[in-house]
Amino acid sequence: MNELEIHALTVSIAGKYVCRELSLALHAGTCLGLLGGNGAGKTTLLHTLAGLRAPDSGEILLHGAPLAALPRRRIAQQLGLLMQQQEDSLPASVLETALIGRHPHIEFWRWESHADVNIARRALKMVGLDGLEQRMQTQLSGGERRRLAIATVLTQDPHLFLLDEPAHQLDLHHQLALLRHFAALAREQGRVIIMSLHDVNLAARFCNRVLMLFGAGETLCGDSTETLTAGNLSRLYQTPVAPLHWAGGTVFVPDQAREADRT
Amino acid sequence: MQRHLQPVPLLVALAMLTIMAFFVALAVGSVHLPLRGVIEALGGGADPLTRTLVLQLRLPRAVTAFATGGLLALAGALMQVLLRNPLADPYILGVSGGAAAGALTSLLLGLAGIWVSGSAFVGALVSTLMVFALAHGRGGWTPTRLLLTGIVVAFGWGAVISLLLILSNNASLRGMLFWLMGDLSYRGSGWLPLAVVSAGLAVCLPFARHLNVLARGETLAEALGIAVRPFTIAIYIGASLFTAVAVTEAGAIGFVGLVIPHMLRLVSGSDHRTLLPGAVLLGGSLLLLADTLARTIVAPQQLPVGIVTAAIGVPIFLYLLNRARGPL
Repeated sequence: MNELEIHALTVSIAGKYVCRELSLALHAGTCLGLLGGNGAGKTTLLHTLAGLRAPDSGEILLHGAPLAALPRRRIAQQLGLLMQQQEDSLPASVLETALIGRHPHIEFWRWESHADVNIARRALKMVGLDGLEQRMQTQLSGGERRRLAIATVLTQDPHLFLLDEPAHQLDLHHQLALLRHFAALAREQGRVIIMSLHDVNLAARFCNRVLMLFGAGETLCGDSTETLTAGNLSRLYQTPVAPLHWAGGTVFVPDQAREADRT
Repeated sequence: MQRHLQPVPLLVALAMLTIMAFFVALAVGSVHLPLRGVIEALGGGADPLTRTLVLQLRLPRAVTAFATGGLLALAGALMQVLLRNPLADPYILGVSGGAAAGALTSLLLGLAGIWVSGSAFVGALVSTLMVFALAHGRGGWTPTRLLLTGIVVAFGWGAVISLLLILSNNASLRGMLFWLMGDLSYRGSGWLPLAVVSAGLAVCLPFARHLNVLARGETLAEALGIAVRPFTIAIYIGASLFTAVAVTEAGAIGFVGLVIPHMLRLVSGSDHRTLLPGAVLLGGSLLLLADTLARTIVAPQQLPVGIVTAAIGVPIFLYLLNRARGPL
């Protein structure tokens, strides 16, 4: 059975289509990169897939069950969402913040067990925040807060990860370490990852599939090696992009020569 | 690095503070009673005068003060999570304004007792429903819309209150001012607010972990499996009800609802499983001690308890805030 199936999904926001009649089936081990320009609707699509907003039409199946009919807690046990921004006006410690990821797994009357705390500790170690457990989250830097949010979704330990710009605000080391970790979760444990990215080279390196949102509801989905081409990317970002073959791989860069031609 | 007190020792200490506050409140007053006499009277012994003093006069007022403080602190903690705003207090959505307008109208008409508290309760409910309906508007509830609607409605009530004060004669003005500053000298039996605060805490406590999650934002809470819409509506109704009962019993006592939750966050962290019972015990004992002071320091005159809560609470809170490292 497919982990996530999308049938004829149409999503729009503020009168603009994000996707029209989009159908996709994601099986275990898929790491899907979601690419698109600013305002193309990446976040809206991710929130729709998380069941936080209703699509205009179409159906989303989570393990074969319609998402719209599932209780929120059941969804949260299987599906985790990393949001682009997080509120933190009320104080909480780093460990407390990570531990709320266990919320959907803990029975109503129970407290977090030692096992839950250990899961949170492992996640904090994964994102390099071990040692800061008792620190207030408001005392962290922007990048550290971002890693804390990632630790929270890792603590939630869902089968399906929806990550809204996981690389945003992270330094090079943490970008690579964390994306490598997510790619490994997909490859080795059969988890499904959908992540929006602005860096096409990260998508080329870590994603096995790619979904491009061109705006106005037009989409393109396929294997990353076939879909990530200079032609598609130039059209996606409306900026000339050139492939650079280097060290046995391909890197995409803005094509300065053609940029100059256009201006 | 911030060191927090462990929950169990903290709650035990607060429970002991509460018991101590009760004994002080029962022993101190126009006639000072020895501790032994108070204990005997509570057990049904002691001489008739002591018994009357303890059981009929001081205990009802002490229970009312404790329950009111507990209700305000509990409502404050809930409002701060609902609006995710550290400046939120039980009155921020205009509940006290509506209650005050109701109570002052009855005082102006020369009514007393149950009429005053009854109209205060009705005023509080009217204000709550009004804010709730107006804030939804066409866009749905968001913390900012609720907050702005509440503040504007409270401002409107403020004008009504000023008008009522201007219209009042000298005889009722003093009672009105006492009511506005918070006053526990109208003695109900106190068991109703105590029942409300106990039941309220019992209902909220199982949802304390949900509150921890909601405190991190509505979308995240939804993504972590909480049905946010019904949950936030329930918090709103609960907090408004607790506030309405507190205001009905004792007038608009400020400060307790805003500051007690913050005090606890500073000393024990922000887990609501500790915070909610801690807030009830600390808010209750603070108001109880404040009321004991209010009726004794200038005896036989009585001060409005609101003045004393501020006199005790402001320095304690500023000390804690000043000692806390880093942002709150």
